[in-house]
Amino acid sequence: MATAHTATHSATGHDHHDHEHHDNFITKYIFTTDHKMIGKQFLVTGMFWAIIGGLLSLIFRLQLGFPDMKLEWLRPVLGGWITPDGALDPEFYLALVTMHGTIMVFFVLTAGLSGTFSNFLIPLQIGARDMASGFMNMLSYWLFFVSSVIMFISLFIETGPASGGWVVYPPLSALEQAMPGSGLGMTLWLVAMTFFIASSLLGGINYITTVINLRTKGMSFSRLPLTIWAFFLTAIIGLLSFPVLFSAALLLVFDRSFGTSFYLSDIYIGGEALPNTGGSPVLYQHLFWFLGHPEVYIVLLPALGITSEIIATNSRKPIFGYKAMIISMLGITILSFVVWAHHMFVSGMNPFLGSIFMFLTLIIAIPSAVKVFNYLTTLWRGNLVFTPGMLFSIGLVSFFISGGLTGIFLGNSAIDIQLHDTYFVVAHFHLVMGSASFFGMVAGIYHWFPKMFGRMMDARLGYVHFWLTFIGVYMVFFPMHYIGIAGFPRRYYSWTGFEFSNMYTDLNMFVSAAAIITFAAQFIFLFNFFYSMFRGRVASLNPWRSNTLEWTTPLHPGHGNWPGEIPAVYRWPYDYSKPGAKEDFIPQTVPLSATPESNLPHEQELVKLEKEIIADEETDLVANESKES
Amino acid sequence: MYGFLIAVGILLLLSIIWMVYRIQTLVSVVKGSDKKIATGSNKVNAIMFVLFLVGATVLMFWYSIKEFDNYNLPVASEHGVITDELFWITMAVTGIVFIITHVLLFWFPYKYQYKEDRKASFYPENNKLELIWTTVPAVVLALLVIGGWRAWSDITAPAPENSHVVEIMGYQFAWEVRYPGMDNVLGEHDYRLINSSNISGVDFSDKNALDDFSSPVVVIPKGEPVLFKIRARDVLHSVFAPHMRLKMDAVPGMPTRFWFTATKTTEEMRAELNDPEFVYEIACTEICGRGHFSMRKEIRVVEPEEYRKWLADQKPYIVNNPALVADLPAELKELAEITISEYK
Repeated sequence: MATAHTATHSATGHDHHDHEHHDNFITKYIFTTDHKMIGKQFLVTGMFWAIIGGLLSLIFRLQLGFPDMKLEWLRPVLGGWITPDGALDPEFYLALVTMHGTIMVFFVLTAGLSGTFSNFLIPLQIGARDMASGFMNMLSYWLFFVSSVIMFISLFIETGPASGGWVVYPPLSALEQAMPGSGLGMTLWLVAMTFFIASSLLGGINYITTVINLRTKGMSFSRLPLTIWAFFLTAIIGLLSFPVLFSAALLLVFDRSFGTSFYLSDIYIGGEALPNTGGSPVLYQHLFWFLGHPEVYIVLLPALGITSEIIATNSRKPIFGYKAMIISMLGITILSFVVWAHHMFVSGMNPFLGSIFMFLTLIIAIPSAVKVFNYLTTLWRGNLVFTPGMLFSIGLVSFFISGGLTGIFLGNSAIDIQLHDTYFVVAHFHLVMGSASFFGMVAGIYHWFPKMFGRMMDARLGYVHFWLTFIGVYMVFFPMHYIGIAGFPRRYYSWTGFEFSNMYTDLNMFVSAAAIITFAAQFIFLFNFFYSMFRGRVASLNPWRSNTLEWTTPLHPGHGNWPGEIPAVYRWPYDYSKPGAKEDFIPQTVPLSATPESNLPHEQELVKLEKEIIADEETDLVANESKES
Repeated sequence: MYGFLIAVGILLLLSIIWMVYRIQTLVSVVKGSDKKIATGSNKVNAIMFVLFLVGATVLMFWYSIKEFDNYNLPVASEHGVITDELFWITMAVTGIVFIITHVLLFWFPYKYQYKEDRKASFYPENNKLELIWTTVPAVVLALLVIGGWRAWSDITAPAPENSHVVEIMGYQFAWEVRYPGMDNVLGEHDYRLINSSNISGVDFSDKNALDDFSSPVVVIPKGEPVLFKIRARDVLHSVFAPHMRLKMDAVPGMPTRFWFTATKTTEEMRAELNDPEFVYEIACTEICGRGHFSMRKEIRVVEPEEYRKWLADQKPYIVNNPALVADLPAELKELAEITISEYK
């Protein structure tokens, strides 16, 4: 039996992979090519950025919730950005909003989520020694690191970081005269994003190649865990859409620095008429959202993949509709490229285009709905174990529903006229993309922490963290729907200048207080994370009694993941609570021939096929052993 | 001193939390509960989901009903009535789905929480179910979209011939309003002609520009179609008139438009809301820089007769500032001077 073979191998312990490497500190922790360590590097960097991004949001929430508050105590940090009478500078407010968005979307939920879990899980779950190219993988992280450093520096320059909103629409972002943030800050933003795009592409190529080429014996595409399907499709989306963002950024660079007029036309600013004519700001919006919308799914799909895995494991039930889940993810992947202009219904583009994009947008709601129903059916008649990972996964489904439904309003161009760029939009995307993806990421950390560090995170702290965060997120974002319906515009420093929005100061105060509490609750998690890394309870090999391959590696897998042969795979990853089986899970490495009592009729026929694989493996083993002796 | 006391307090609090944490960890080790698949916490979490469901539902309904008049802005345009109706239909449909899915999502955790003696049912797929919940949302969404599409087509259709034209130009950080005057045709404009006395860059060599005038307030008649011609002269802006359910970006180099018919005068709305201070407003909804939050313009909706009277009272740019036509060729200048004398 395959499992027996793996067991004897680790017992004899001839790790021909380990003694090739003489790891010193630098090659092990810094310039490492081990996908697990690179995953952890992405994770820690992502967590750092999450704290920064969260802190920025707290500062502008102070302004919105407590507009009269004296912010002198922030002067040691923010210096001149606090005006002499102790208020926040309106331009810096815009910088905060911009950097919060950029950091959260790209640095936390793209790099921190995809970067961490695609790297960490793809080789482990498909049965590969490492990524297809360890070097490219290392390069991917270090380009991300360079990008991070540049973006971080831009926070501290005198004219402030980029301030034109995370979408950096020209002409505002193209003209230094329009706002100080469009000067050096914007330049650094563009440079940082260029490195970021290069990093994403290197990572994405690697993920795709690895999933296609390096699957272990028996790991057909129809036996891949849904996590891998999600990472795979995410990488494809990224590979096709990030270059378009790059082109948008490149043209913006030309407009800013070399006098071209791609986006600029008929502009009179700062007392002079600019020579640019013939450009179109709407062109930039098309290019930007051609990435910008798929980006939403780049952020969301990995979280949905992680959740599928965690919900199935902790429901002790196969994920309902494995094929339907894959088809809906495929549908989302394809449709994500043809809905971008729903961000532009009132941008002045041809209203006929608006009609087309309205139809396409509401089609994408269908695969999303299918996924939700499948999650619900997976829970139904399960045997649910509420690990912290499971709690966060259920939380994700809730946010996905709440935020997804408001998307139906916004995707309808007639309704969007009123709601566009109001707090309704802010509530919508913070729930469906921000919080849902964040919960997917946190769920993933709780679930795979034992594999990352060989220790368990404290479950009770996890419960406290979950309930504070879950309730907190709803307290922050649910009330925003009301002020959105009331027409409160986004990116407003203050609403009191208008009759229609001169209200709900109490509600904004409530939201800000809730944001502070929710942010504070994350320190429980940070403590749990770092404490458990060193002092947590030592994990067992398969703490969640899960089926997937990563749990067949040793507690601290070396570079190469499995000490002996890579185990072969004989079944799909969701054989939980199979009728007839003794345990309520059957790992993918257990051959069908070993479980005649629980095999379904069509699986009996596969047993024959499987015998050939096992025989194959037998010859491999013999060959290897004779080589070594 | 206070800072020191607060620091000590926080330190104490942290150490107490720390002690509690260590003690509960040790207790769980002694009880061996870390070896169990599901501890008592499993039940607590299951119950919490139900409590959350009940609590959140009560809060949501209470606040939504209590605040309805506050967040539901009064509507004052013909198309706004239709889009509001679509909004509330969508709200009803999604509201039902929202509640049903959440009841299931939070009730299942309670109902199916881990029991050692129970085995989950092996239920990997059911194509009939998948088909049902693919087609039902598809049909419902199709209906919603068709409603939206019809409204959208009407709203974005070309403006009626008899629309009153108003030009709204956004700049950092205000709106400039230009009326076409008696001929209802706006004069040409060119951004290179902009200067401090001609902030819209009106080209007075175009005859149609001679009777154009500017107004500090957007005055429009009730019950007659109005066409906003929208442009920007520096960066993107967006004209948002919340009570009119109107929004359209102002784009430098690309004129945009939005037409609508107001249904209630400012006075009528004041009476209806019992608020003598009420005004219709325009705000900017596309980030445009430091003063983005302060680009306010008032819209005054009046009865058509009053509108015509107001229109007749307005003085063109060139009447207020004859220097604007000083450099025109002789023929046009003569025409301009006739216009000026007519208004005097």
